Amino acid sequence: MENVVELKGIKKAFKGFSIDQIDMEVKKGFITGFVGANGAGKSTTIKMMMNLLKPDQGEVSVFGLDYKTHEKEIKERIGFVYDANVFYEGLNLKDIKRTVAPAYKSWDDDLFDYYVDKFGLPLNKAMKKFSKGMQMKASLAIALSHHAELIIMDEPTAGLDPIFRREFLDLIQELMVDSNRTIFFSSHITTDLDRIADYIAFIQDGDIVFNHSTEEVAENYAIVKGELDLLDRDTEKAFVEVRRVPTGFEALTDNLKQVNDIFGDSVVIEHATLEDIMYYLKGGVSHV
Amino acid sequence: MQIIISNSSKEPIYEQIINQIKSSILSGDLKEGAALPSIRQLAKDLQISVITTKRAYEELEKSGFIYSIVGKGSFVAEQNLEVIREKKLKVIEEQLSAVIVNSKEIGLSFGELQELLKLLYEE
Repeated sequence: MENVVELKGIKKAFKGFSIDQIDMEVKKGFITGFVGANGAGKSTTIKMMMNLLKPDQGEVSVFGLDYKTHEKEIKERIGFVYDANVFYEGLNLKDIKRTVAPAYKSWDDDLFDYYVDKFGLPLNKAMKKFSKGMQMKASLAIALSHHAELIIMDEPTAGLDPIFRREFLDLIQELMVDSNRTIFFSSHITTDLDRIADYIAFIQDGDIVFNHSTEEVAENYAIVKGELDLLDRDTEKAFVEVRRVPTGFEALTDNLKQVNDIFGDSVVIEHATLEDIMYYLKGGVSHV
Repeated sequence: MQIIISNSSKEPIYEQIINQIKSSILSGDLKEGAALPSIRQLAKDLQISVITTKRAYEELEKSGFIYSIVGKGSFVAEQNLEVIREKKLKVIEEQLSAVIVNSKEIGLSFGELQELLKLLYEE
């Protein structure tokens, strides 16, 4: 499968936080969800993908091109949807269109009108009077109007109410009917990703813990519950992290097959949500 | 084609899709040559990931229920031996269920039923 974005051996150090080594791909034609706790390095990574930050070491390539030589071409093909309002607050959509459109070769006025209409966005209202959800939609409408092949979104659903979030996710799925489109979005609302993401890249403390298809995640990860006397030094190896309470244990496995072989029917096995996985992989689960 | 996905089911979503498409084919609701929705369209309609529907279609293709033509889409395959076998198995299952119901009505035990079946089978 073709990669739209490739990060190879990326390092970036800040005071008190560093990205030690990131290798990651974003597959063409799919939705990749980028999850991690606050401060794990999601925004830093996205900024490096967008060339808003330069890595200390390593290579970033987008559409197989290098920012050093093809920055303009790459940016033409990316739509960036950002969580804060990037547009001048006092401007309305008409003004913004006038400013942004000339910057893109492939800008499509008809498409812009189509999305403005579809999203129900007012053209003459100042952006600062838009609700958070409308700002997000405006930002997306602009990204889509220049036929962006890769849409990168940083926390697009943060601060949206549940209904708006659902609408937004439906919209993203509609966009994916086009197999040339790739979406990469970060979120710490993992339920957004449980259903619609094709790949999950999980970042923790500046490291990519995994980058799997959601099918692989569902096949290998699970929550296992059982009686404490089932645990010993050997059987525990099947788990990533175990939480013990007097009434039994609850654990995360990344090797469901092994758990089935070892424990069979003596344990309860449940589907692990991304939230479960994040929680357990974070480690330091309390042992009561 | 109707597909109902349950999020709380233990059965993985791709298997739910496979089983429901299979049963539509076996029941004749989906006829030979009928076009299935595209992988991407189905993902959108079911609000699930593309990779999940892709996997379901790939497995249906592997077991010969459907076939795909690049650029055209996926279609219900000509019924092969496995399909026919599965169809028959389904009928047998139904008939056996009826036998069990009847046996229970007259208090025939499982052992006795087995004996009877063995006798008839070896005839």
